[in-house]
Amino acid sequence: MAGSRYIADPESAVTKVALDGLAVLFHEPSGMTHIVASPAPEILDALQQGPADAAELLRRLHARFDFEGDEAIHARLGELEAAGLVRRA
Amino acid sequence: MTGARSLVRALRDPGSVGACDWNGLVSAARAEQLIGSLAFRMEGRKLPPRIEAIFAAARRDAAHVRTRTLWEAEMCRRALAPLGIPVVLMKGTAFHAAGLEASLGRSVGDLDILVPRESLPAVESALLDAGWERLKQAGGYDDVYYRRWMHELPPLIHKDRDRMIDVHHTILPLTARPRPDAAALIEGSVALDNGLRVLAPADMIVHAAAHLFADGDLAGGLRNLWDIDRLLREFDSVDFRRTLEERARLHQLAAPVGRALRLARRLYGTPVAAGRLTVADRLFEARLLARNSWGQERGKLLRFAFYLRGHLLRMPPLMLARHLWTKAAMR
Amino acid sequence: MRHRLALQIGPVAFRIGSAWRSPLDALARLYAGYPAPADGLCDFTVRLEPERPWRRFLRPSVAIRGDYVLPDAAPLALAHGLLAAEMGMNLQMALGQRTWLLLHAATVEKDGRAIVMTGESGAGKSTLAALLGERGWRLMGDEFALLDLASGALLPFPRAISLKNGAIGVMEAEAAADRFGPRLAGTPKGDIRHLRPNAEAIARMGEGARPALILFPRFGSAAAVRGVGQAEAFMRLTQASTNYVALGRRGFDALANLVRGVPALAIDYPDTETAVGLIADFRRELAA
Repeated sequence: MAGSRYIADPESAVTKVALDGLAVLFHEPSGMTHIVASPAPEILDALQQGPADAAELLRRLHARFDFEGDEAIHARLGELEAAGLVRRA
Repeated sequence: MTGARSLVRALRDPGSVGACDWNGLVSAARAEQLIGSLAFRMEGRKLPPRIEAIFAAARRDAAHVRTRTLWEAEMCRRALAPLGIPVVLMKGTAFHAAGLEASLGRSVGDLDILVPRESLPAVESALLDAGWERLKQAGGYDDVYYRRWMHELPPLIHKDRDRMIDVHHTILPLTARPRPDAAALIEGSVALDNGLRVLAPADMIVHAAAHLFADGDLAGGLRNLWDIDRLLREFDSVDFRRTLEERARLHQLAAPVGRALRLARRLYGTPVAAGRLTVADRLFEARLLARNSWGQERGKLLRFAFYLRGHLLRMPPLMLARHLWTKAAMR
Repeated sequence: MRHRLALQIGPVAFRIGSAWRSPLDALARLYAGYPAPADGLCDFTVRLEPERPWRRFLRPSVAIRGDYVLPDAAPLALAHGLLAAEMGMNLQMALGQRTWLLLHAATVEKDGRAIVMTGESGAGKSTLAALLGERGWRLMGDEFALLDLASGALLPFPRAISLKNGAIGVMEAEAAADRFGPRLAGTPKGDIRHLRPNAEAIARMGEGARPALILFPRFGSAAAVRGVGQAEAFMRLTQASTNYVALGRRGFDALANLVRGVPALAIDYPDTETAVGLIADFRRELAA
């Protein structure tokens, strides 16, 4: 399928605290707290450059991080979408 | 002046509250879901420290209620956007989304939306895909009854956020006598920046009046009436009064709207033209004020009469008998 | 309401109304020495009412109501009216408290340092806290810990300690008889007896403390101690809080600061004395 493009809220909308290997996020628009593991924080980071579909997102992740887990990218995006942290353009 | 009466007076005229039974005022406000609204009305006034702390906490809590309410609407928007249908927010959610006076301190429970009736299956399906779930077993007696006669889908609850959504296709049960014009409600609705919609102001008041008088037994009535007072004050003008009258007649809800105006003026001093109180109005007034300074509901007989009335209004007596018989047999 | 009583416990003031006199008499005796709220102004209202009007006299049945209610809560027998009053106060805190971050935890303090003990019901926190309260620690609370959002300090909320079944005998051997409420047999949770915190705990109910240790105690196996990571502690504490979500960003900041600033340990213990010993060890390490 032609990749849906995903958007993340700007960094100012999320407060991130690193706690032994995990990230705890406070998402201002929802008032909700999420505890996430990699690659979720990296995905949110990569989307700061603008909306992207899965392919573009993987390009960005490989460029900036030592990224493994291409096959699971859609699952991760689905989780982030369900949590409200990303949405489709 | 205690309980509900002191609450009404404090909302209407915060400056008039001097030394009073503060505990009673707070308990009555909490019981009537009006603590947030009261806290905003009392903001900036000189109060005993403990009471000021209670109101300050209520105002902070109201901000979180607003955030979560708008978020719930946003997640609903994301789920339904692909369907391309009008999604009209209602009640408290609409007040918050449109930034109305009525939203100040307004508590919100469920998300209420209005959609065209023919889109119901698609809407339910999209919501289920997006993480909402049914509460009761689909297909049971309650479910069939609900879908056939009520004005809404059986409520859905979101599995992660634990919040309910009520999807309406009109604003009164199909078994009730007034038949509001659902298509006109949607056609008259106003778009917000994000694409979600709210009812036109006059329709908001018609809906609130319908909700208050024509549907149910008046529990939570003081809050509904406060909504109506706030809406009327925000939108009132000569043109608006004419529009309100027209819309009330269109939706066959002129009587409830008239009663709402009379009672709003009577209790909250809303500056509207309204007739003299009828005998029935005074019964409604008594029912609305039936709460004491410990937050207890008083007047059992009156409450039972209204409870019965609530059922009678939802369905004709024969249907009601059959419905109650089936429910009893299920127990 | 026919009968009424007002109580100040830590920073929170309650008024309790009752259709019957006996629960409030028992409550007044249990809370002897507690101050009345200044000017009679209260934060929350609890009501003990008949489930149905005729249940005031006929097989009296006490429904727990108030500013905040649990719609399907089962009523209690009048003989357990004191328990109903306690549950009513718990309910107001759990559902209505928005000023402090509430943790379902017991808190004890020594030398200005507080230990917060949190875990599921039945983990033995109340018994541990009660025993520590008789062994030189100041009891700050056995049911709710109050975390100040701005300062990160813990505030006392020294309600009567709720002792269940076996724990009753343990504490009867430790504390003076006049500090106990009546033995309530056959409650939904078995036998219950309430214990009033000692005079020091009551006198110092306005005095907060810095959290120094978060403990996740678990009763029932051989003694063991392990460190709990910050992320795990954060998650478990949100689960132990009834109002975390309602506090938004301020709750998040306060909890993040807490887990980053304070170590967390999980302990297994076979009996309360062992736990008391372990905690004494921790205190020595913390003070060092």
